[in-house]
Amino acid sequence: MAQGHLRRFWDEFAENRIAVAALVVVLTLVALALLAPLIAPQNPYDLSSLVLSDSRRPPGFVGSKGFTHWLGTDAQGRDLLSAILYGLKISLQIGLSAGAIAFSVGVSLGAGAAFIGGRFEAIAMRIVDLQLSFPAILLALVISALTGQGKLQLIVALAAAHYTYFARTAHGAAVAERSKEYVEAARSTPLSSLRVLFRHILPNCLPPLIVVATVQVANAIALEATLSFLGLGLPPTEPSLGALIANGFQYMLSGRYWISIFPGIALIILIIAVNIVGDQIRDQINPGLRR
Amino acid sequence: MAAFIVQRIVQGIVVMAAMSLLVFLGVYAIGNPIDVLLAPDATQEIRAQTIARYGLDRPLYEQYGQFVWRVLHGDLGRSFVFNMPVTTLIFQRLPATLELTLAAVLGATLIGVPLGIYAGYRPQSRTARWIMGISVIGFSVPTFWIGLVLILTFAVTLGWLPAGGRGETASLFGIQWSFLTGNGLKHLLLPALNLSLFKLALMIRLARAGTREIMLTDTVRFARATGQSEATIIRHHVLRLISIPLVTVFGLELGSTLAFAVVTETIFSWPGVGKLIIDSIQSLDRPVMVAYLVLVSLLFIAINFLVDLCYVALDPRMQKS
Amino acid sequence: MSEPLLSVAGLKTIFNTRNGLLHAVDDVTFSLDRGEILGLVGESGSGKSVTGFSLLGLIEQPGEIAGGSIRFDGQELVGASINTLRSIRGKRIAMIFQDPAMTLNPVLTIRQQMKLAFDAHAGQQQSDFTKRAIEVLTKVGIPDPAARLDAYPHQFSGGMRQRVAIAIALLHSPDIIIADEPTTALDVSIQAQILAEMRSLAQETGTALIWISHDLATIAALAHRIAVMYAGRIVEQGTTSALIRAPRHPYTQGLLNSRPDRFPPKAKLPQIRGAMPSLSNLPQGCAFAPRCQFASDLCRSKIPPWSGTPQDGFACYHPLERAP
Repeated sequence: MAQGHLRRFWDEFAENRIAVAALVVVLTLVALALLAPLIAPQNPYDLSSLVLSDSRRPPGFVGSKGFTHWLGTDAQGRDLLSAILYGLKISLQIGLSAGAIAFSVGVSLGAGAAFIGGRFEAIAMRIVDLQLSFPAILLALVISALTGQGKLQLIVALAAAHYTYFARTAHGAAVAERSKEYVEAARSTPLSSLRVLFRHILPNCLPPLIVVATVQVANAIALEATLSFLGLGLPPTEPSLGALIANGFQYMLSGRYWISIFPGIALIILIIAVNIVGDQIRDQINPGLRR
Repeated sequence: MAAFIVQRIVQGIVVMAAMSLLVFLGVYAIGNPIDVLLAPDATQEIRAQTIARYGLDRPLYEQYGQFVWRVLHGDLGRSFVFNMPVTTLIFQRLPATLELTLAAVLGATLIGVPLGIYAGYRPQSRTARWIMGISVIGFSVPTFWIGLVLILTFAVTLGWLPAGGRGETASLFGIQWSFLTGNGLKHLLLPALNLSLFKLALMIRLARAGTREIMLTDTVRFARATGQSEATIIRHHVLRLISIPLVTVFGLELGSTLAFAVVTETIFSWPGVGKLIIDSIQSLDRPVMVAYLVLVSLLFIAINFLVDLCYVALDPRMQKS
Repeated sequence: MSEPLLSVAGLKTIFNTRNGLLHAVDDVTFSLDRGEILGLVGESGSGKSVTGFSLLGLIEQPGEIAGGSIRFDGQELVGASINTLRSIRGKRIAMIFQDPAMTLNPVLTIRQQMKLAFDAHAGQQQSDFTKRAIEVLTKVGIPDPAARLDAYPHQFSGGMRQRVAIAIALLHSPDIIIADEPTTALDVSIQAQILAEMRSLAQETGTALIWISHDLATIAALAHRIAVMYAGRIVEQGTTSALIRAPRHPYTQGLLNSRPDRFPPKAKLPQIRGAMPSLSNLPQGCAFAPRCQFASDLCRSKIPPWSGTPQDGFACYHPLERAP
């Protein structure tokens, strides 16, 4: 039954060729990021392997190490292709971790509030609403400014900025489920109330949450890049895609476009592909939006 | 109506109180408060004096009370970097940000709403697909990246427009504005375009969704059955009905655009409060951070209040209840 | 006899959906004289509303009129230009809908909405508008119409809202009003009021009515003639008295039998077995056959042809006997 469901879901997904292409792109980028240490021509974090005389060379330049820098080199003489592969890995890592934390915290809060009800629900959801009306970027900016630079701090800042979307969605879905009769009935038997939460309420909240999750992972990746670009994300020794773009920004005005542009292209391909996949899933879950 | 206004004002005060507590805890309690009040190179003597003066040896709740007291008196401290009261500093920079934000949001609305209505009116057309494609890009591509591409294209490669700064300004009501001079307008164009793209995408989506929904209602069918032209239906029925959600979003987005101006101002060296906050974060100029947050919260509440008033004005169903 | 005001012949309206081609209206033929009231009765999904929309060319994608003819006052409406249709809509053929809460625009005053409908047809003077608006509002029984003109729809009750919609339909004194279940969403007492008012309005203004309803009782009280629709087709048509007294089609008989007022209290109400087939999944032959106690193999293989005149006849192989 569940398998038939998935099967049908996939068949419908496969009807949209653009969405399938986007999914392939996402999977390819993830694979490239995972395999970065194996396929990158150079380890961009190994400072000893960098040659300063190779810095800021255009695409196609053959460096002193004897291999071709297909995408050119940056200001430290890093091979940009390698830096992009490693940067992709960091961007994905941070986006996914922040997404996962935001998911867990948000869903616990949202579904928990709906489940507990009463004053706790009112206050918790009021706070969430208030935070939702506040731009995520500002919150992330403040948190990362207060906690300083670092991967962990960045993930915390991103998760804090994004958990609200999950909380809202989970709460909305859980409230809708809560009012259904079978849940009412199951709740009246005291033993099984937690089971109701896990067996009935949460699984039914899952489809809308999956949609929010895809979009929010893309948003977290974009926000991370933005923060890094503003110099508030990761230290420059371990550059994500955003930091790579920031490093190249100052050279762009003098026409050395590639240092910023190539990491940027990688970033937007990733973000757009994830968004397209998310859009398709949303359209399939809410058929009312189509027509 | 009066009761509604009073209720919203009370709500605003509660929100401000919560915000001030958060800002206080964030900047004063978690960080070292002395960093906020003094430059890092201050002497021991001055340190001790300051601690005594601001009562930093007192319990936290008392300190919070004093913090609120000072804020209520308009005292948000002095900037170390600029060595002037932060309120003065921020109000100097605010017009630039407001100008940029308003230009972006107005532009996004004036262009996005007609495009969105078209896409919603003819969802299957090729043009509609193009419009939606643009909106996907505007929605998912980070603002800073669009800014870079704009600079690379129009400033570096084509050389048509300047890459940064406000350009010449002219004075109106005692405040300097860029849009009043040709040169200033040229400087404003790229940053405003950059900042508006996300809003443009949002306005397109909202207007499209609203139009699609309304076109299927009996209201439109009934209007058609009375012989009204499609142009009349769009102008008088659709536009009027979608204006309610659009105004709400317009207001909310005005607030978030104010925040997103941080990115655009940094890229285009636009001397507004957004660039100021990034600079002060990097130079640990914490009084500026605190003032910025308090101010932005205040603006947020004010904007939300105005949006609610517009909402009531636009939707007659709200007026009775 | 002169040509009827409206004559519809072989009308076919299809919808091209994901689930295939739906024949929402199939080979529908009827006509309407000036001042006449025609009742169009059928279950939901029988195509009666789509027929109404087709008359005004209000069929939207993915639907279209695929064939047949609609002649109105000597003019062919199938394939007519949008400008021709628009000059007829509201001016010569008006329409009112089921739920007045959905048809009136909630954010415009009655005056604004009436003005839009008024201005849709050129040649009127601005100064005439208020006078005309008050006139039609008075006609439909809105108290203090001059003051109510600046009210919003939500400030009216459901019955009053529908009266406003009827007033808008009356603005240009149309030749025909198509009423698509206009009383279904209202309370029973208000239903009866509006029915009575519509009948006298039609009489005094000479407006013809096409009254669409699922409720045969309502229609019988109002209409001069009745057409019964089932799964997109007209299965029986005739004068109200003949059709009620002696139905020929088993489906009409079934509709009549399910009227509770025909039976003594506590009697078991007869029902038509089963449900109307979905348009995407019509059986071969007569669409009513699966529910019909008289159905034969012939019924299940070929659609029964029309017997009688276009104005008075039925489509059935095994019609009920008409008492001599």
